[in-house]
Amino acid sequence: MKFSKLGVVAVLAVVCVYIRAIFFTPFDALQGPAQKILYVHAPSAWVGLYLAFGLVFITSVLYLWLKDPKLDRVASSSAEVGFVFTSVVLMTGPLWAKPIWGAYWTWDARLTLTLFLWFIYAGYIILRGAIDDFEMRARFSAVLGILGALLVPFIHLSVYFFRTMHPMPVLLKPSAPSMPSDMVITLVSAFFALTLLYAWLLHERYLLATERDAALEGRS
Amino acid sequence: MPPDSMVPRVLRRAPGFVGSTLAIARKDALIELRSRSVILSALAFAVLAITIFFFAWDPTAVASIDLAPGVLWVIFTFSGLLGLHRSFGVEQPTRAMDALLAAPVDREAIYLGKLTANLAFVILVQAISLPAVALLYNVPMGAYIWPLVGVVLLASVGLVAVGTLFSSMAVSTRLAELLLPLLALPFFVPVILPAAQATARLMNGRAVSEVSGYISILGAFDVVFLVVCTLLYPYTLEQ
Amino acid sequence: MPQGSFTSHAMTEQSLHATELTRTFGTRRAVNGVSLTLVAGDCLALFGPNGAGKTTLLRMLGGLLRPTSGSAAIEGIPLPGGAEVRARVGLVSHQTMLYDVLTARENVEFSARMYGVENVRDAADDVLTRLGAASFADVRVRALSRGMQQRVSVARAIVHNPSVLLADEPFTGLDSAGASALTGMLAGLRDSGATIIIVTHNLEEALALCTAAAIMREGRFVRLDHAPIPAREEYTALYRELSVDAA
Repeated sequence: MKFSKLGVVAVLAVVCVYIRAIFFTPFDALQGPAQKILYVHAPSAWVGLYLAFGLVFITSVLYLWLKDPKLDRVASSSAEVGFVFTSVVLMTGPLWAKPIWGAYWTWDARLTLTLFLWFIYAGYIILRGAIDDFEMRARFSAVLGILGALLVPFIHLSVYFFRTMHPMPVLLKPSAPSMPSDMVITLVSAFFALTLLYAWLLHERYLLATERDAALEGRS
Repeated sequence: MPPDSMVPRVLRRAPGFVGSTLAIARKDALIELRSRSVILSALAFAVLAITIFFFAWDPTAVASIDLAPGVLWVIFTFSGLLGLHRSFGVEQPTRAMDALLAAPVDREAIYLGKLTANLAFVILVQAISLPAVALLYNVPMGAYIWPLVGVVLLASVGLVAVGTLFSSMAVSTRLAELLLPLLALPFFVPVILPAAQATARLMNGRAVSEVSGYISILGAFDVVFLVVCTLLYPYTLEQ
Repeated sequence: MPQGSFTSHAMTEQSLHATELTRTFGTRRAVNGVSLTLVAGDCLALFGPNGAGKTTLLRMLGGLLRPTSGSAAIEGIPLPGGAEVRARVGLVSHQTMLYDVLTARENVEFSARMYGVENVRDAADDVLTRLGAASFADVRVRALSRGMQQRVSVARAIVHNPSVLLADEPFTGLDSAGASALTGMLAGLRDSGATIIIVTHNLEEALALCTAAAIMREGRFVRLDHAPIPAREEYTALYRELSVDAA
């Protein structure tokens, strides 16, 4: 598999950051080794929930306005990559929560938001799979992308109401307000590294979509 | 020059927006009344849900009043989905949708007309289920019936607004019956969550002021999604 | 390609005028530069193999699809003209576009409402009587034969007195009685000044009915004849030659 320059940089960055995270970053005093999942969990959340979904929203609006198929390909690529990162968030969260909170899952605002964004991503991908016509697929995806983004504040609000009535499990805040500078550097680097990874995967997925669309159109 | 009788009558008056919306709603309602397909399945489902929740209930551990909100919202949601699926489904067999789109009717009127019909159907199911649950679960609702109706109506508008739009999309795809509930689920949650919570609190005798937060969320959801779905509906049609 | 002899007519007399009308889906050109001029009382028979773009052309003229490029106007109003254009056009196809559980009358009245017709009940009565459907007007469409349903479908399509009627394979599934009834209806409409385009595989019936004939292939008109149309045998041979040979 040919790696573009971006790919090489991204993979190197990720490898370096996680070597640093595992071997060269101190353990958290309270949480021990489990805390290190933070370096995967938090940046994945940034990428999956904000970066990827934000791009889906913007390109969806632009597509309905400009009708450029390139915008649709960017949207669908971002959705697929975002789906993967969000899945990572949902998998690392419970792994981390169990030893620290004593429970795999709680219905707190952030977790529920993440879960439902994951559902929206899944719906988006399945919707695309159920439509053969390019133009209809792009249009419908754009509609779903816009509606999904508008939903986010409402999920947040509704779960907030629910949570305030409900006792929380013993909570040790996953991101401590003040962290030793070593950890901060690792965390920030992890954000950058995963953002690069996202950019690379987005680009590759976009190229693949362009090739596939061209091949399918050539055949028809 | 074409003979005078060929001058389209419509030149004298274009179909009004409200008029066409209501005509479409009325047409959908008439079709449902004649075929009765969905109303019967919805009622059958309601009876089933009420019975199953009852049999799955340990009265020594849980009071019936704690069961009632759950039963009600399960019934409302699933019967709503049944109706939504059929909403654009009726236009499929003979391609009646083409005739509708070929007419000088505003596209938004088509969406709002079908929304109105779906809402009427959902309200009909609710009007039957609420007294049924009150009776069978021994939950007297007299003291808070108006706030409860308010909550139920606000939530229904939100569910139907989003559901009607997704129904329009799902019906043109391969996995129509799967896709509608799948797409709608994340959108139903921010509606059902506050609505069910408010229902539960009202049934437990809480003051209306305590549920005002839930009501605000439902109202905000309705406004935002009614507007956005109406604006987005034309994009679900062939261009 | 023989040109029409109608270029001398004033613009206002053209009920339908298209110039290089094109529609693409992705990279596929379904309609590729169609030009056409028709006046009131014209009836164009449109022939061609499946996939030639005939349905797409009609859907564009009916306001269901936007043209990708080129221009067209119905009674002077340019496409896509929105409600104004759609109000002047009626659409018939092999699908009835009727609601099976409603009666014939209810279907036609609903259509009248959708077109903003003023006196819905009278208009529906009138058109159902004119088309010989009054005797089963209050029967549910589901209970009608295919021929009767098609009759109701035409009623639905013309209740608003359109100046242009687009018929996409309306003879499909009709027996000979139904087909001659339909031909009679279309002739009546043509004679009262409507402009009609019929897509059909039924050469014989269409050639008897129409004042113009076109053969469409791969999105273009490969032949367009205004009256007088070549004799049936000659046209049939032409059609076979132009539509069947391998590309």
